[in-house]
Amino acid sequence: MDIAVRAEGLGKQYQLGARQASYKTIRESLTAAVRRLGRRSREQRTVTRWALKDVSFEIRRGEAVGIIGRNGAGKTTLLKLLSRITAPTEGWVEICGRVGSLLEVGTGFHPELTGRENIYLSAAILGMNKAEIGRRFEEIVEFAEIEDFLDTPFKRYSTGMQLRLGFAVAAHLQPEILIVDEVLAVGDAGFQRKCLGKMEDVAKSERTILFVSHNMAAVQNLCTRVIVLDGGRVCFDGDSSRGIEHYLRLQDVVRQTSLADRTDRQGNQRLKFVGVQLLDSSLRPLSVAHSGQGVTLCLKYECDGSRPMRNVQIGIDIVGAFDHRLLNLSTTWKNGDFACVAEAGEILCHIPRLPLLPGRYSLDLFAAASGEMADYIRDAATIEVEAGDFFGSGKLPTLGYFLTEHSWSLEGSCKAAPS
Amino acid sequence: MNLAIRETRSAAAPVIRITPSKGWVDLRLRDLWEYRELLYFLVWRDIKVRYKQTALGAAWAILQPLFTMLIFSIFFGRLAKMPSDGIPYPVFAFTGLAPWTFFANGLSQSSNSLVQNANLLTKVYFPRLALPLATVLSGVVDFALAMVVLGGIMMYYGVRITAAILWLPALLLLALVTALGVGLWLSALNVEYRDVRYTIPFLTQVWLFATPIAYPSSLLPEPWRTLYGLNPMVGVVEGFRWALLGTATAPGWMIVASSLAALLILVTGAYYFRRMECSFADVV
Repeated sequence: MDIAVRAEGLGKQYQLGARQASYKTIRESLTAAVRRLGRRSREQRTVTRWALKDVSFEIRRGEAVGIIGRNGAGKTTLLKLLSRITAPTEGWVEICGRVGSLLEVGTGFHPELTGRENIYLSAAILGMNKAEIGRRFEEIVEFAEIEDFLDTPFKRYSTGMQLRLGFAVAAHLQPEILIVDEVLAVGDAGFQRKCLGKMEDVAKSERTILFVSHNMAAVQNLCTRVIVLDGGRVCFDGDSSRGIEHYLRLQDVVRQTSLADRTDRQGNQRLKFVGVQLLDSSLRPLSVAHSGQGVTLCLKYECDGSRPMRNVQIGIDIVGAFDHRLLNLSTTWKNGDFACVAEAGEILCHIPRLPLLPGRYSLDLFAAASGEMADYIRDAATIEVEAGDFFGSGKLPTLGYFLTEHSWSLEGSCKAAPS
Repeated sequence: MNLAIRETRSAAAPVIRITPSKGWVDLRLRDLWEYRELLYFLVWRDIKVRYKQTALGAAWAILQPLFTMLIFSIFFGRLAKMPSDGIPYPVFAFTGLAPWTFFANGLSQSSNSLVQNANLLTKVYFPRLALPLATVLSGVVDFALAMVVLGGIMMYYGVRITAAILWLPALLLLALVTALGVGLWLSALNVEYRDVRYTIPFLTQVWLFATPIAYPSSLLPEPWRTLYGLNPMVGVVEGFRWALLGTATAPGWMIVASSLAALLILVTGAYYFRRMECSFADVV
């Protein structure tokens, strides 16, 4: 049997709040120790959470496996365990072959060094040796399209160039097992296609790939098998089309378990979103929206302690494929923060002509009261947008992300060609 | 993280087994050896960045010990009339300051190395030991520059070089081992407890005066002098003076005490570092 990765009963426990809390200081640790001595008890009252639990699977050499799941399902934790960045709390993994992990674009770049120096540095950090880097150097430069800027300090690069260089280095990493986390969610659409193409080449070349993405089209394209994680456990492992279906169903189930019961949220929860509804401009419920249609997003909320809240700021992010935040709607931009809101109710956001192309979009909701984050929940709902007659011409573009009102005209008159 | 690497020759690639870490683990120095090229690149990066970011670049490597030497010469040499084993005070002080500067910079930079490279720790695997080790090693370039200046000062004062100079690499190694040992302890502690960072300048300052740089260790009678060697930098500094300036006696037992102390710090530091290593990415 040609196994590349074998995980058995893998689990990772985190202390809740440990990351958010400010760093420990020696003084605090000492006083805590003294206090424990005084109480003569060694019980620790830290809350823990299993980010990953009982995860077992085997991946054969040459397989391309997609790992999908909602935010907080444990995908990134799993990748971190497999790439040896952090140790499991229980269980074990056996990895056969050289691992290259790509958890971000541009790992190890230093702003003061030039592009040339950074290629060497980043490639070495990602696990290439000097001879390999030398061999692939030209290819990397070409892929990143930065020939003219090789000796410019990295800090002077545009964001686009930085991303291109980052991915170029990563794409030329040739480990036996490649672990990729959502790194394709960067750059412009053209470059994304180029990256996906490169990934497909890798997948075809007998190497093992573990690929985390929210982009189901990319997963479908690249992977033959999918592992779906939910709440830190494997809930599906098998054929990718069926896996994606399973994941999408899971998404819907989550949405039906009502926003009020979701726990994957941040903020002090003094104001909390409990429901989202898509309405049309005359406030009738909609199941799908159409491009160009007037829509209203209705956010139901409740306040803790049933008190009215002051200075409330509300934001909605509309998130598209690749986890891109396409639009950020906020009361702040419109100078419309609410001075005071009742203890429970609905907040409405009107969009006169929906400027989105057909597709599936998800909503991230944000609320702050008196300058403190009250609630932040990602992926609170999805809206389905279908083709609509935005321009009144019966036609819609197939490229791009947005629709906007525009007009065309010709400068100067056109003379008939001389005969 | 307890990663036992079993080289199974039947399969082409080694099988890596990742398991929870329990108790004291082995140092996995072979893993570090596997990553020696990365170590080289990290050293190279540290040197490049240091000289690029600062306006004076390499001059800092010289100015720092040079100015300290001037201040010491004025206040301790001139005003306080500190004895200097019959050697011109500026040479006496600079011979101590060259290895000291290497040590102090190595110590403080390696202590901050993990926190400064937090983005690497959370995104990619490599033996974490490489970070503090690389920062200490990159200081060797500064040290070499300082030694050139020292050579100039020695020529100016007409100090003759003897065969004892051959001991210098060993003495430099002793300084390196000490800096790395302390750096391992402090860098691992620094990840967990951020107030460690603020104690480092204080620690180096106290250590500076606990080391015979401004004054000779011959002020102390035996056996205290040998016991004094338990501060590894005492052995390094007195060793440097003996090897370069030919001070009266070879600091034999003192060096032995210093070497043992340095090794103890290094070995315990390395084990402590390894033990804490698995949680670096979660805490940093």
